[in-house]
Amino acid sequence: MSTTKANPPHELVRGHSAAAVRSLRPAPWRPLRRVARGAMYVFLSVVAVFQVYPLVWLLLFSLKDNTEIFGKSPFALPAPPKWENYVAAWTTGKVGQYFWNSVLVTGLAVLLTVIIGSMATFALTRMRWRLSNWVLGLILLGLMIPVHSALIPLFRTYMALGLIDHPLALILTYTAFNLPVTVMICLGFYQSLPRELEEAAVMDGASIHQIFLRVTLPTTTPVLSTTAIINTIYNWNEFVFVNTFISSDKYKTLTVGIQNFVGQYTTNWGAIGATLMLSFLPLFIAYLLLSDRIIEGMTAGAIKG
Amino acid sequence: MNKVFANPWAILLYIAPALVLVLGLIYVPIAFTGYYGFMDWDGIGQMRFIGLDNYRSLLADGVFWRSVKNSVLLAVFSTLALGGYLVTALVLTERIKGADFFRKVYVLPLLLSTVAIAQLWSRVYHPRLGLLNNFLMAVGLVDRPVLWLADPNLVLYSIFVPILWQYAGFYILIYVAALKGVPNELIEAARIDGASTWQIGLFVKIPLIMNVIKATVVLAVVGSLKYFDLIYVMTGGGPNQASEVMASYMYRKAFREFNFGYGSAIGFALLVIALAAAFVIRRLTRADAGAEA
Repeated sequence: MSTTKANPPHELVRGHSAAAVRSLRPAPWRPLRRVARGAMYVFLSVVAVFQVYPLVWLLLFSLKDNTEIFGKSPFALPAPPKWENYVAAWTTGKVGQYFWNSVLVTGLAVLLTVIIGSMATFALTRMRWRLSNWVLGLILLGLMIPVHSALIPLFRTYMALGLIDHPLALILTYTAFNLPVTVMICLGFYQSLPRELEEAAVMDGASIHQIFLRVTLPTTTPVLSTTAIINTIYNWNEFVFVNTFISSDKYKTLTVGIQNFVGQYTTNWGAIGATLMLSFLPLFIAYLLLSDRIIEGMTAGAIKG
Repeated sequence: MNKVFANPWAILLYIAPALVLVLGLIYVPIAFTGYYGFMDWDGIGQMRFIGLDNYRSLLADGVFWRSVKNSVLLAVFSTLALGGYLVTALVLTERIKGADFFRKVYVLPLLLSTVAIAQLWSRVYHPRLGLLNNFLMAVGLVDRPVLWLADPNLVLYSIFVPILWQYAGFYILIYVAALKGVPNELIEAARIDGASTWQIGLFVKIPLIMNVIKATVVLAVVGSLKYFDLIYVMTGGGPNQASEVMASYMYRKAFREFNFGYGSAIGFALLVIALAAAFVIRRLTRADAGAEA
């Protein structure tokens, strides 16, 4: 209750419910308030329709065949739903293969980023060394650097190392480019952690590694899941690096796979729609299950700026 | 105490992986991008040093300047859109029933990859089969299909709408989270003093979340300057390079026309412009904060 001393007049309000306070206001305003409330709902609903309708439409045309697409209104419902579009996309469209490549690359890169990012944040917030502020600044400045400004030298280096058309090129690049945002999110959390536990562990003769692995890291699980979520969204949807470094179907991830598939089947809207839906569904299901955590993850990435 | 947390070997062990990756895959490459800008290079054969030729032709290249203009326009549109997102967030935090539902619905497009968004919106914009033209013709707003992506005068605006759609949820989330942090006492106090909802929003809430607003402006501007995926997939920078942005122009020059030297020069210019923009916005907003205090 730190605000109490700052605003003594509001002591009056304290203890009264918001409704009681509102009822103090002159009566004639209430109808107007109701209109204003109504307008707010209309506004929010219009925004909601704009945000959702394109997705509904995507679902609709993913279930249509070409006679429906080319012959009937784009607003019509599919009759009957052509689920075979999804089967075709998964098998002949190789979405299944791209999907597992995405899972593998995303998963490994997220794991690496979260571990390396946690270690770096530990070193930056807990250990005492001269260049730490400078290194922190360097890592955080990485947030501002456009991917395209590093692309050609990366391409050349991977070429020289034989990593072109190899998933390792993606995993390393994703890890490096996601470290700045990961360290940024971890930083705030580490700074707010009390140090008593770590100090007690030192007294008990624990080594630095025991402190990191047994004392500090376990207390950071909330921020670990936040950074894992934001990294997953970034990696799952990444396009430029895959498009540049990977050429064979064997290693392509969903984003580039979709792009190629669509290029080959430009007129088969149903199969294209099904492909897009299949790439959307994993994150959508995760969102239904974990929306609060995901929302937290997405805001954490930006709020500190 | 000091011994455990100041052991140089331990420090090196914990910071080295991050530092090596960030230096090796971000900082060293951007330096090389600047260096390759001095070369005539097709990406495969020998490099030939040509001094400032690439940078000089860049300054005289009309398409490059158009791509800069388009990137800057996207940055301006995105910054203006923040106002709309902020209003939506203000409404959402007005003790609205179902606010949580609306917020969750707004985020949905963010779950699609930019490539999928580009494919979806290419179909929304399809002249004959697309959602938009069919809707506009049904309500009688246009009598002929509009060529949203093929008209050089329209294409940049057409591209901006899906960007607006994609990021709405993201910025609304950030603003809602920030607005929830505004102490209730201050809002109730203003209300007792007779302030209207809009006055409270404008003079109490917005000033209190100014730091978050500034952070989102940097994010929107820098994000727009490096924008690529959507344009690459939807138009490839066309028609006639009317929707080319800096990143797409760099990609075209390097990976389509195999002029890696010139592509590097564009990539380096992009870096300088993005860092300069971030620096200028930080400076401007810092001056603001000084004036308030």
